[in-house]
Amino acid sequence: MSAGRAGELGGLLLLAALLAAVPLALDDFRQQLAAKYLCYAFPAVGLVLLWGYGGILSLGQGLYFGMGSYFMAMFLKLEAASQTNTGSALSQFYGSNLPDFMVWNSVEVLPWWWRPFHSLSFTVAAILVIPPLFAFLLAYANFRKRVGGVYFSIITLALAAIASIVIIGQQGYTGGVNGITDFKTFLGVDILSNGVKRVLYFVTVGVLLASVLVGRSLLASRTGKILVAIRDREDRVRFSGYNPATFKAFVFAVAALLASLGGAFFALQEGLASPSLVGIVPSIEMVIYAAVGGRLSLIGTVYGTLLVFSAKTFFSENFPEIWLYLLGTLFILVVMFLPTGLAGLVERVRWPHARTAKTPAAAPASGRPVMSEVEPPVEVRSGRPA
Amino acid sequence: MSLDIVVMQAFNGLSLFTVLALMALGLAIVFGLMGVINMAHGELMALGAYTTYLTAQIFERYMPGWLGVYLLVAIVLAFGVTFVFGLALERGFIRFLYNRPLDTMLATWGLSLVLQQAFRSLFGPREVGVPSPRWLSGAWQPTAGISIPLSRLFIIGLTVLVGLALYRLLYRTRWGLRIRAVMQNRAMSGAVGIDTARVDAMTFAIGSGLAGIAGSAFTMLASTGPVTGQQYIVDTFIVVVFGGVESLLGTFISAFMIGQMQSWLEFALTGSMAKATILLCVIVALYFRPAGLFALKVRR
Amino acid sequence: MILSVEDLTVSFDGFCAVDGLALSVEEDELRCVIGPNGAGKTTLLDMICGKTKPSRGSIRFKQHELTDMIEYEVTRVGVGRKFQTPSTYEDLTVLENLEISYPKKRGVIGSLFFVRDAALRDKIDEIAGRIRLTDQLHVKAGSLSHGQKQWLEIGMLLMQDPELLLLDEPVAGMSPRERELTAEMLNAISAGRSTVVIEHDMAFVRMIAHTVTVMHQGKVLAEGSMDEIQRDPRVIEVYLGD
Repeated sequence: MSAGRAGELGGLLLLAALLAAVPLALDDFRQQLAAKYLCYAFPAVGLVLLWGYGGILSLGQGLYFGMGSYFMAMFLKLEAASQTNTGSALSQFYGSNLPDFMVWNSVEVLPWWWRPFHSLSFTVAAILVIPPLFAFLLAYANFRKRVGGVYFSIITLALAAIASIVIIGQQGYTGGVNGITDFKTFLGVDILSNGVKRVLYFVTVGVLLASVLVGRSLLASRTGKILVAIRDREDRVRFSGYNPATFKAFVFAVAALLASLGGAFFALQEGLASPSLVGIVPSIEMVIYAAVGGRLSLIGTVYGTLLVFSAKTFFSENFPEIWLYLLGTLFILVVMFLPTGLAGLVERVRWPHARTAKTPAAAPASGRPVMSEVEPPVEVRSGRPA
Repeated sequence: MSLDIVVMQAFNGLSLFTVLALMALGLAIVFGLMGVINMAHGELMALGAYTTYLTAQIFERYMPGWLGVYLLVAIVLAFGVTFVFGLALERGFIRFLYNRPLDTMLATWGLSLVLQQAFRSLFGPREVGVPSPRWLSGAWQPTAGISIPLSRLFIIGLTVLVGLALYRLLYRTRWGLRIRAVMQNRAMSGAVGIDTARVDAMTFAIGSGLAGIAGSAFTMLASTGPVTGQQYIVDTFIVVVFGGVESLLGTFISAFMIGQMQSWLEFALTGSMAKATILLCVIVALYFRPAGLFALKVRR
Repeated sequence: MILSVEDLTVSFDGFCAVDGLALSVEEDELRCVIGPNGAGKTTLLDMICGKTKPSRGSIRFKQHELTDMIEYEVTRVGVGRKFQTPSTYEDLTVLENLEISYPKKRGVIGSLFFVRDAALRDKIDEIAGRIRLTDQLHVKAGSLSHGQKQWLEIGMLLMQDPELLLLDEPVAGMSPRERELTAEMLNAISAGRSTVVIEHDMAFVRMIAHTVTVMHQGKVLAEGSMDEIQRDPRVIEVYLGD
């Protein structure tokens, strides 16, 4: 037991060391790429908890990632619009304090729901509170009614689609398909400079590693064990006296919080919040980062995110036609042959005789919102048809 | 609001309904039977659409005199191509993922990405259109204010036909009986000698074929691009879930309701807000009735 | 009288599984429920533990009306259920399985900050001893044999410490030796509790039952001691036991 623990801690330190070494070993451009990738590690880590250990496949984490980015972008945009020397040229020209896209969409007054984002404390609170709160309520409402499995996944998918549609459609208020961009400072600090970006990188890494640690203690706690029990035998857990709905909603909220954090860092680093972060395509892509790294491994998922994104950058630049083929095939291969991802592979190599972590059991056959018989979980490893 | 506008809006809703219904029926059959959510279902529809496009191209080049009938040939071909494709898919890929519905979603999403890129490579990134047969151009004008394009009437007729054919298949043939038996109780069906593997393959193929027909019909309404399938997949899922997964009639009615609601809302709101509102309404409705409109009563 | 069932009725798609059933169980009693397949025995347990909602009738347990509650609420007021097929948490160790069954801090926040103290550890050790799994505490439940999994489940129930124990065919699939051991275990653990056991194995029923209820077609056919019901002509007619 303790050997395993030491091994895990070692893995974490290794990751920390590697991430810390990035700014030293790579040029600014690549370091900033890494920073961008790491933003996506947040929702991926959330998915390890939610999907790997909770058994809940959310295909709509982009919604929460988007919330984080947009909240942060709104703050930064209002800051930009109100400044005379670093603000948007267009706003200056029109003599208005409104964000430029509002001006050229003939929006005359700042909508009431934009106003609180003048304040940094409100913005931070929004990023940390609104997504998990919304997520918890949504999830609890559904899980209370025993809506789970595929049904719930479809609902998360639909919500991400709705968010994307609404954002694009309301371009006067949200910047539309181009999103919110063109902001340059954070509390007066120039976020475009390499020096600041390097600091931001370390902050991102720090928060990410902290999240991994928190995730790990969550899994080690009794709550984590209950989650695994719910994943494998939800009905049985009720007879142990637990209400699965609260636990599932809780982990869903945690995943939403992590995604929101990632989104906020993204907006800071990339200077952009756009609907392309929110819809079904990016949301489902987040799942692949967790799947490749290992849906049962918090650390593995960070590596997985970096790996997939590096591949994406490389292929999109050099062989754009191939990238989608590759990504699609990756989905298929990982799901069918490597359910525990690279982390699972590493474990099998390191401890070939140990009983490796069982891949998560399948959801009840149809995921219909109906009480199923208390039944044994289905062994998933070999992919044999049942 | 004059009667003319009411009728026009209703027909608008019907057009939406037809494509949704055809897509949703295909998906409902597969989901209801095997619990498989095929995220590449939209791409199967696109396959049907592209098949129609190719048929049109062939007719234009080699049999321009016969151009009038190309559409009918195309519909049959679209069904055939997607049917066979679906069969191959089920045997070669999907059947390894039974009882893993979440994994199936991911794997078929991967498949949809591959197919989208294949469409892009084969047909180019831009949307392609098909010629409208002469006998379908023009409109039916029962009154001065109502003008219903014949193509839409044709599609409505096609959908009704397909719906009836499906009904007949499922409720009046042996194959249909087998399909329904396996849908309701797989273990028992196997025990009485039904080859469930064959039924699965056949059912998946039929579901895919329906998507192909939907794609063919779709070419009469709009042009097709590599990502067209993806644009309709969420709506299709919602229609299926809302209708109650076990019930094809439910799917049909659900598609009708959603098509109508969307058409009417578009009158009041912008297109995108209407769509978003509909999706949201359905999600809320599902909260109150999680099993959908027509859920079979299940043993608790 | 700790459990009182009155006029309990439920139908599934027209089939009346339980029909106006009346039953009562005393404190400290071990009641066996027997009957042919389809008599409604499992459905009866399903309704008591909150898994199925009756269409009519009442189930009173202490001062609670169980028909208004759902599973986890019924569990929390002191009813424990064991299912036919062993359902332990396969991916967790025996220790973790037992720990999860500990009836304290069952909310999310409580579990987050739950500390495994000495008292809990002692209780786990004690129960592991009683179910003969002391050496398997750190083994994943999935690796246990069928019989061991049944015992683990009994252990989990003991941890929960319910006042009413519902067991559905606890010795199904066990060897004769395992059955004997289980009978011993059951007699020991049902001390101080009320227990309702569904079983088919007559020899086993004889080893443990205080009273026996025979069900048939959703109703109670006969009730009494093992000898009484084995001589009852109605029972003989309907259910030729051993």
